[in-house]
Amino acid sequence: MNKYHHHQRRLRAVQARIFVMTLLGLLVAVFFRAQVYRSADWSLQSESNRLRPLTLPAPRGTIRDRAGLPLADNVPGYSVSILSAVPDSMLSTLERMRQYLQIDGDRYRRLEEQARAGGPQPILVSVDAPFEAVAAIEERRAMFPRVLIETRPKRRYPVGEIGAHVIGSVGEINQAELDSPEFEGAEPGLIVGRSGIEWQYESTLQGEAGVRYVEVDATGRIVGSFRGFRRVEERPGQDLDLHLDRELMEWIHHIFPEGMGGAVVALEVETGGILALYSAPSYDPNVFAGVVDQEEWDRLNRDPQSPLFNRTISAKYPPGSPMKLITALVALEAGVITPSDRMPVACGGGYSYGGRLWRCWREEGHGSLDLADAIKNSCNVYFYQVGLRIGLARMLERVNDMGFGGRCGVDLPSEAAGTYPEGPEFWVRRYGYSPREGEVLNLAIGQGPIEQTPLMVAQYFLAVARDGSAPAPTLYRGAPPREGFRFDVSEEALEVVREGLRRVTQQGGTAYLSSLEHFDLLGKTGTAQSVERRETHAWFGATAGLRGGEPEIVVVALVEFGGGGSEVAAPLVARAADFYLRGQHGIPRDTIQTLRDYINARRNTAWALPTPEAR
Amino acid sequence: MKLDGLPWARHWPFTGAVLALSIFGVAMIYSAGVKNIPSPVTEGIWVRQAIVLLGSILVLIGLSQIPSRWFEWMAIPLYLLSLGVLAVTLVIGTGSGTAEGMRSFLTVAGFQFQPGEAAKITTALALAKLLARKADGPEHLRDLVWPVAIVGAPLALVVLQPDLGTALAFVGIFFAAIFWAGTPWPMILFTASPGLSLILSFSTWIWSAYFLSLIVGLYIYRYRLYLVESLGVILANLAAGAIAQPLWNSLQQYQRNRILVFLDPDIDPQGAGWQLVQSKVAVGSGGVLGKGFTLGTQKRLNFLPEQHTDFIFSVVGEELGFVGTSLALVIFGYLFFRMIRLAQAFDDPFSGIFVFAILGVWLTHVVVNVGMTVGVVPITGIPLPFISYGGSFLLMSWVAAGLVVGMARDVR
Repeated sequence: MNKYHHHQRRLRAVQARIFVMTLLGLLVAVFFRAQVYRSADWSLQSESNRLRPLTLPAPRGTIRDRAGLPLADNVPGYSVSILSAVPDSMLSTLERMRQYLQIDGDRYRRLEEQARAGGPQPILVSVDAPFEAVAAIEERRAMFPRVLIETRPKRRYPVGEIGAHVIGSVGEINQAELDSPEFEGAEPGLIVGRSGIEWQYESTLQGEAGVRYVEVDATGRIVGSFRGFRRVEERPGQDLDLHLDRELMEWIHHIFPEGMGGAVVALEVETGGILALYSAPSYDPNVFAGVVDQEEWDRLNRDPQSPLFNRTISAKYPPGSPMKLITALVALEAGVITPSDRMPVACGGGYSYGGRLWRCWREEGHGSLDLADAIKNSCNVYFYQVGLRIGLARMLERVNDMGFGGRCGVDLPSEAAGTYPEGPEFWVRRYGYSPREGEVLNLAIGQGPIEQTPLMVAQYFLAVARDGSAPAPTLYRGAPPREGFRFDVSEEALEVVREGLRRVTQQGGTAYLSSLEHFDLLGKTGTAQSVERRETHAWFGATAGLRGGEPEIVVVALVEFGGGGSEVAAPLVARAADFYLRGQHGIPRDTIQTLRDYINARRNTAWALPTPEAR
Repeated sequence: MKLDGLPWARHWPFTGAVLALSIFGVAMIYSAGVKNIPSPVTEGIWVRQAIVLLGSILVLIGLSQIPSRWFEWMAIPLYLLSLGVLAVTLVIGTGSGTAEGMRSFLTVAGFQFQPGEAAKITTALALAKLLARKADGPEHLRDLVWPVAIVGAPLALVVLQPDLGTALAFVGIFFAAIFWAGTPWPMILFTASPGLSLILSFSTWIWSAYFLSLIVGLYIYRYRLYLVESLGVILANLAAGAIAQPLWNSLQQYQRNRILVFLDPDIDPQGAGWQLVQSKVAVGSGGVLGKGFTLGTQKRLNFLPEQHTDFIFSVVGEELGFVGTSLALVIFGYLFFRMIRLAQAFDDPFSGIFVFAILGVWLTHVVVNVGMTVGVVPITGIPLPFISYGGSFLLMSWVAAGLVVGMARDVR
C-alpha cells in the first residue's frame, strides 16, 4: 500500500492536527488554570516575594509637667538594620559593619545568632547609631547593599539629670521581656521603659508600631522606593501630664548643696500631687536613651555615691523628730491629750522610766510645755509621756493602720516599704525578747526600729497641712485619687499642731533663719542617725502657704550627713517652698529668700519680727 | 521578478508565523533585560538577537532557493559530518552561559555554536532520505532498525555531553518522521514501549501492569509481527525496566532534583524547586492581562531564573498574562498546522518526512519548554524555538525553516 497516496496523506494529516491541537490545547488549559483560575494565590506569593515588612516604630508619648513643659520627648535618631538574605551574606555584612559602627560583644553574638536563624525580618544592628557611623556607612553604600538606615524617634530628656529618677529612662527590649506575655508581639529593638514614669506608664506611653514595605530583589537588596506601599500607620503613644513642676525641680537642683546626697519631695496640699521628687546625686538619663554605653553603665553602678539610687522612694532613713507629729496625731485622735494639756513631768533634760533616764536632746530642759511648744521645741520628755499615755499596743496598732510599715502607693516602681514594728512579735523576731512598755518611748520620738522613705515623711506633713488625711501621692494627673491614711482629729487640734510648727520658724524657733517674707513656713527639723558615719542625716519638713492662709505646699528634704536639720535642710525646704509659692501668687521670684539671705544681703528684715505689732 | 515567484513570499503564512515569533522573541528578550538592578548578562542582548535574526532572514531567503533534491543528495554526507563534529565537541567542547557544566558548544573563529542544533537538521534529512526509499512505509519492526540507528547515534553523543534537552528533540524527530512515513500506530507504540518501561519502572506495581498490557498488545497484534520482533520488544522492555535504577544513579544530582521537584517542588526549595516555584509564581501572578510589557516584578527583581533563555515563557506569562501565553501558543499552533498542510501537499515522501521531523523538533521544544514553566513537565534545559535567546539556536531554527520553504517551492 502506498503510504503517500493523497488519501493516506490526508488521513495522517488529520491525525497529526488532532495530536498537535490536543497538546497545545492542554497547555492552554494549564495556563488558564494558573493565570485565570488560581491567579490570586500566585499574585499573593509574588507580593510576599518582593516585599519585606519593616517596622515603623511609634514615637513614645511626651511626658509633660503641670505647665505643659516637656520632661521627656523625642528627637530623630538613626537605626541601622540588615535586610534578610542568606545567612552568609548577612554575617559578612555584619562583620564589615563593625569597622564603622561600634557593636559590643554580647550584642554582636546575639546578632550573629539572629542572622543564622534567618527569617524575613531584618536584623536590627543598632537602634541609635551615632551620626558619624551612619555617615560612614552611607558613604560606602556599595559595600552595604542590604543595609537599611532609617530615622527613628529617640528619647530625649530635656532636664537631664534633674528628673532622672522620677522620669526614669528607656532601653531596648531584652530577651526575657520578648518572651514574656506582657510584650506579646513585640519585636527586637523595641524601646521600652526601664525605670521611673517610663516604666510605670509603659503601656500608655508605648503606642503601636506600624508596618511599611520595601521592595527587594531575589538576593534581598532593596530596590523599591522607601515610601513603600500598603503602609500601616504607626500609632504614637499617649502623652502623659504629670503634677510635677519642672521649674521647681530645676530650682531645687540649683539650690541643693553641691556634692551632697539626699532627697527633696514637694507635694501639693490640695491634691497630694507630687510637685517635685528630686534625688541627688543623679545621672543623665539621655545616655540610656539608645544603646547603653557599657562603660558608662559600669561607672554609674560602681559609684560609691550610688547615683542610680532613688533616695526619695527607695531609700529609708530613721524619721527622727518628724515622727512626733504622728505621735501627736495618734494621741489627739485617741483623746489621751488635749492641745492645752501639759505633761505631769516638766522637761528637765530627761525622764525617768523603767529604771533608766530617757534624755531630752536639750540637756538643760524645756520646762513645762503645751502641745504647740512641745512641737516647736521638739521636746522628747513631753512626747515620752504622750507615748506612755497612748500605750505601746495602741501606738503599734494605729501607726500600722496608717500604713507606715508599708508603701505610700506612689505611681512609681521600686518604692521601698517603710519599717515600723508590726506588733510585739517584731521584737521577738529581731531581738529575741518581748517588748516592754518602755519601747513606746522610743517610738514616740521617732527612734528605735523605724525607717521611712522621704516621700512617706512628706505624707506626715501632708496630713497636718490638710484635715488629718493624706492621700497617696501621685505623679500622673489622670491617676484616680487614692486615700493614704486619715487621722480623725478636730480642726482646732490640728491648728495647734500647725501653730507648733509655725513657731519653729519664728523668733526662738530652730529654723528662724529660714523664715520667709511672704509666706508662713510651718516646719520641723529632725536628725537621723546614719549607720556608717558619726554625722547625722538632716531632715526638714514643712508646709507653707500665704501668711495666715491655708497651707499650699509640703516640702521635705533629707540631706545625707547634713548635720542638724536647721543648717542645710531647712533653708533648702524654705527656698523651694518660697520659689513655688511666689510663682503661684505672682510675686517676683528672687534669689534672696530666707531671713538669713535677707540679713546677709542687708535688706529690711522687719517682716521677720515675732509679733505683727512690732512689724 | 514577480514576488509570487519567490517561495518564501508565496508561503508567507509560514514565514510570517516564523518571523512573528522571532520578533516577539526579540521583544521578550529586550524585556528580560529590563530589571531594577541591571545585569550585564541580560542587558542589551536583544540587539545581538536582532542582528542574528536579520542574518537568519537572509539565510532563509538563500536556502529557499536551493532545490530540495540537492539536500536529499547531500543528506548522508551532511549527517556524517555532523556526527563527526558532535564527536569532536565531546572532546574539545565547552559549556556556555547557563549550561556551564556541559560540553555542547564549539567555538570557531570567535563564534560559539551548538553542533547539536545542526545535527537535528542533518539527522532529519538523513532520516527522511532513509524512510522515503520505501513508499509502503515501515511495515515491520525490523524496518525501523535503521531509522533508530540514524537517530540513536547523534542522540547518544548528545546525551554524553550531557544535554538531555537536545536528546529529547531527537526523540521528537524520530517519532514524527516514522509517523509521516506511514508506520502503523501499534508499531509506533511498540517502538516507544521501552521508553515507557523506563519511566514506569519507578513503581513495581505500575510497571507490572504496564508489562502485562504490553504482552496482551503483542498477542493481539501477533499476525503482523515476527516472533523475533515480539521477543525483541519484550526484551527491550525488560532491559529498560532493569537499567532504570542504574541509570537513575548515574544521573547528576541536579538532573535528579529536576525530576524530583517536578513531583514535589518542596524537595529542593533553594535549587531546582526554587526555579519551578518562582516560574509558577511569575506565570500565575500575571493573571489575564499580565503586569505589562517590561513590568514583571518577578523578572525585574531577579526571582525568575534563566529569564532570557529557558524560562523566557515565564516572562511572557508574567508580563502579558493569559492573553500573551495563549496568543503565543496559537501562533505556534498555526505554524504547525501550516507545516502539516505543506507535508500533506508534498507528493515527494522525502520533503514530507523532513517537514514532519522538523515539526517534531519544534513541537517537543514548545511542549517541554512551555510545560516546565508551569510545572506540568520536568525542568529540562530546552529553549523555546524563535523566542529564547541564543544565536545558534535561532539561526538553526531559521535554517530548518529555510529548508522547509525550499522544499515547498513547487507547492502552490
